[in-house]
Amino acid sequence: MATGLTLKELSKKEDRFTHGHRMCAGCGAPTIVKMVLLATDYPVIAANATGCLEVSSCISEYTAWKIPWIHTAFENAAATISGVETMYRSLKKQGKIDKDVKFIAFGGDGGTYDIGLQSLSGAMERGHDMLYVCYDNGAYMNTGIQRSSATPLGADTTTCPAGDIIPGKLRVRKNLTKIMAAHNIPYAAQASPSHWMDLMKKVRKAHEFIGPKFMNILSPCNRGWRSQTNDAITLSRLGVNSCYWPLYEIEDGVTKITYTPKDKIPVADFMKPQGRFKHLFAPANEWLLKKVQEEVDKEWEKLKKQAECGC
Amino acid sequence: MKPKGWKDLPPGSVVLEAGSAVKFKTGSWRAYRPIWHEENCIQCLLCWIYCPDMSIKVKDGKRGEFDLDYCKGCGICALECHGKKGKKAIEMVEEGK
Repeated sequence: MATGLTLKELSKKEDRFTHGHRMCAGCGAPTIVKMVLLATDYPVIAANATGCLEVSSCISEYTAWKIPWIHTAFENAAATISGVETMYRSLKKQGKIDKDVKFIAFGGDGGTYDIGLQSLSGAMERGHDMLYVCYDNGAYMNTGIQRSSATPLGADTTTCPAGDIIPGKLRVRKNLTKIMAAHNIPYAAQASPSHWMDLMKKVRKAHEFIGPKFMNILSPCNRGWRSQTNDAITLSRLGVNSCYWPLYEIEDGVTKITYTPKDKIPVADFMKPQGRFKHLFAPANEWLLKKVQEEVDKEWEKLKKQAECGC
Repeated sequence: MKPKGWKDLPPGSVVLEAGSAVKFKTGSWRAYRPIWHEENCIQCLLCWIYCPDMSIKVKDGKRGEFDLDYCKGCGICALECHGKKGKKAIEMVEEGK
């Protein structure tokens, strides 16, 4: 029977991701992993693309995982887990295994948006029964904050440094959730750890479908975002309320917005506490701040239209 | 732990003990220590779900003390705490004070 989605009930479950991992203080990713695994009532096998989560959760001889977990290279978490899933199907057919097992791949935005995209796309197209969870912190934080295709417009990173020549990143983010939905997979969703219930409901729902599923989860990184160690949850909430990170799901091609902010706040409120956007508040870069707001509004309006027409 | 040579490691450097990270205590990273004021706690357990280091002990659905062996002192719990009548149940104090 499924555990009730109340914190009281969930707290009675065993944590399958333990303390003692070496993610930075105040990182968003361990909270996301904890929530994903708590929401899953099945035995889980996971693969992990190279990234902060992978290197800090399994430093030789110590593992924070209480589930079978495979470390793979940057580019092939999806390929690895699809291979494991294929073997599981074969063993099941041969009658050597009868358990219902779920397969999850975790990857950061570098391992998902950029380097792992081809293997992810392949796994989605082949139709493996798996859930891919991308924790999106918007740059290669593990290697020293280099820009990725998930880095937001105007952000300062070490490979698009804000200065006299450029005011941070000049390109908008890739919309990966929609790219994944375009593979005609049964379920793609976007979630945020601040809205824990919404996130867990989406994980539950994803496990109900047979086939490839994708979840993109906003993961604040105080080192790369140049913010405080205590604001991961607050920042992800501001991201949702400014519609920078809208919460929605695409089920069999039908878009549904799962949370509409009561008062949509300006995206500047989300950006202000983050040092990576500090330069955008200088008078010379006002145009870029305006452009960021326009981009967010445009994407939000597009999403609302998509949800209205049920497409 | 004494470092092992390659001959002592299992093939593929597989870690055979699940959740062995509990042997690595991260509490020494902390610069600020969380203090729990039980009288202001409404047992919402939001601190428990948001804690990135699984450092809040919960037993039978009731919140207990902090696990200071692992708490890195990020302060997410204190910031997210609703508390009672505007008074927070978690406060961060500087270590050594």
